Amino acid sequence: MREGWNRPPVMKPDGEGELLEVAMGPHHPSTHGVFRMDVALDGERVIRLKPVFGYLHRNHEKIAEGMSYLGSMPFTDRLDYLCPLTNNWAYALAVEKLTGQEVPERAEYLRVILGELTRVQNHASSIGFLIQEMGASGTPLMYAFKAREKILDLFEELTGARMMCNYMRFGGCRVDASAAWLDATRKVVAGLPGFVDEFERLLRTNEILMARTQGVGILRPELAVNAGVTGPMLRASGVNYDIRKVGGYGVYNRFKFRVPLGDHWDVYDRYMIRMLEMRESIKILEQALKDIPGGPVMDAKAKLRGFRPKPGEAYGRIESPKGELGFYLISDGGPNPYRYRVRPPSLINLTILEDMCLGQNVADVVLIFGSVDIILGEVDR
Amino acid sequence: MEEIKAAIEAAVPGAGVEIVVNPSVSGQHSLRLRPGDSVSGAVAVAKFLRDDPELALDFLSNVTGVDWPDKEIAEKVKVTRTVTKTVEGVEQAVEETVEETRKRVEPGCLEAVYHLFSVAKGHGPVVLRIKTENRTDQVELPSLTPVWRSAEFQEREIFDLYGIVFTGHPDLRRLLMWEGFKDHPMRRDYVEPDDFEYEPTAHDEVLKRAMAHQAKQKAAETVAGAADAGAGAEGTGVGA
Repeated sequence: MREGWNRPPVMKPDGEGELLEVAMGPHHPSTHGVFRMDVALDGERVIRLKPVFGYLHRNHEKIAEGMSYLGSMPFTDRLDYLCPLTNNWAYALAVEKLTGQEVPERAEYLRVILGELTRVQNHASSIGFLIQEMGASGTPLMYAFKAREKILDLFEELTGARMMCNYMRFGGCRVDASAAWLDATRKVVAGLPGFVDEFERLLRTNEILMARTQGVGILRPELAVNAGVTGPMLRASGVNYDIRKVGGYGVYNRFKFRVPLGDHWDVYDRYMIRMLEMRESIKILEQALKDIPGGPVMDAKAKLRGFRPKPGEAYGRIESPKGELGFYLISDGGPNPYRYRVRPPSLINLTILEDMCLGQNVADVVLIFGSVDIILGEVDR
Repeated sequence: MEEIKAAIEAAVPGAGVEIVVNPSVSGQHSLRLRPGDSVSGAVAVAKFLRDDPELALDFLSNVTGVDWPDKEIAEKVKVTRTVTKTVEGVEQAVEETVEETRKRVEPGCLEAVYHLFSVAKGHGPVVLRIKTENRTDQVELPSLTPVWRSAEFQEREIFDLYGIVFTGHPDLRRLLMWEGFKDHPMRRDYVEPDDFEYEPTAHDEVLKRAMAHQAKQKAAETVAGAADAGAGAEGTGVGA
């Protein structure tokens, strides 16, 4: 069963000509890290693609089961290292579900603000990377990083770190945001629509981009749902499912925003959906920054030391920029989680990578893979 | 929960469904299924849950394993036994009650947990659990990948890290550890090897050959050295 799985037939099924087996990765420039795709090619056409994982595996779950609940919080930053704050949020949410802790309103607003800033910078850089892989070397990525840099500066000012923020706690947030920080954030958010306009104008109707991405890597909605694809990928396939709308977490029900949906289900749609989601995030940011109430950012009853949840289990999930990020925890009443599981959207969104690539050219594999938007820190954990 | 259980039992005759209560405030109770065969077991129940228009649980979000090792439970038991004692110079059989601590081993199991949601209806989660017979030789469970594709990689991960063998999985291989790795690292009794940094690479072969070569050279040198020393001694002998 497990023997010889990656041996493609040397001859084509009809017996004419040979197949070529290519290992794309683990150090291919397009893989964003260490990831391998074993591709079998008939000329330029992909006839088989098997992803190979584990190069960055460190057994995050086992490490977390050996330490206190709070001890894993900094490690969640390292899962999807482009979006540390949404990882913090998902983990805090799962523990709050397990213990029933309340989160003060100001902390909920801060979480929304940070979560949406994270989404904007993630989508901007993921589009930048996608276009970089298409051959537009440098320029679009630098545009994306220009905006991302401003957002990372805000993270640094508030949490002390640009990427490894370790900011959220069970029952709130670690430190309060100053009025000066909120003003600085308002200023950055006011500049974001201009950035998105500029970024979109740069390439939206570019002939090469349209020729390379339209009709490429089609993912049918039924397959997307069945394969557990989530996030912008799922919505680009035309399925209206956003956990901010249906999951009922945080204070998202107080904000007005729309869920953009694709209707061609291809790479171009995934690119456009991310552009549109940035605009919706900016809307949420404007509302949240206008309405943010005063008050504490930590639940006064929250216990950080000697934290032992009652026995039981909980599954908490959020709409992270990559898709559904969930944490499943089982407590046996001790100081460490008995079971700690991360539901990684990056890994599960790759389930259908082969289905999307079959019959496409090998050069398109790079684009299709880029449009999934994964981070290996989360795939391999 | 009760309603879903009743619906399953009405639709799939012979499916043993049991509600597992979750004592935490999250209130996410779960349904335990019997593995069974594909007609009356977990796969049939899964198909029903997915296709039923009321439930429409078309989205399998999370699949994970849990390890429940064998538990040793110490119990105090009162035991009555007959003891021969010498009472007033006469041997008698006397009944005596003694308290004894007995150890009982509760067999462990491996468990697969499935979190289901509905994209069509927007509800969830419905939690399914399936247990294996034990942790050593009967670790087979039916795969739900034919029903929900999203289980494909996650069941491979459980096979890799917990050692549950999913029958009916189209491509059951290790996902994160390398081919040829022997153990299941997420099990609670897993012991990290001392040389956990060790990975078989091509360099091992090279190193082995280099060391063999060095040893050979050294041996040749000592032989040559001994011969030289012998020759020198002879020489001095002649000179004297």
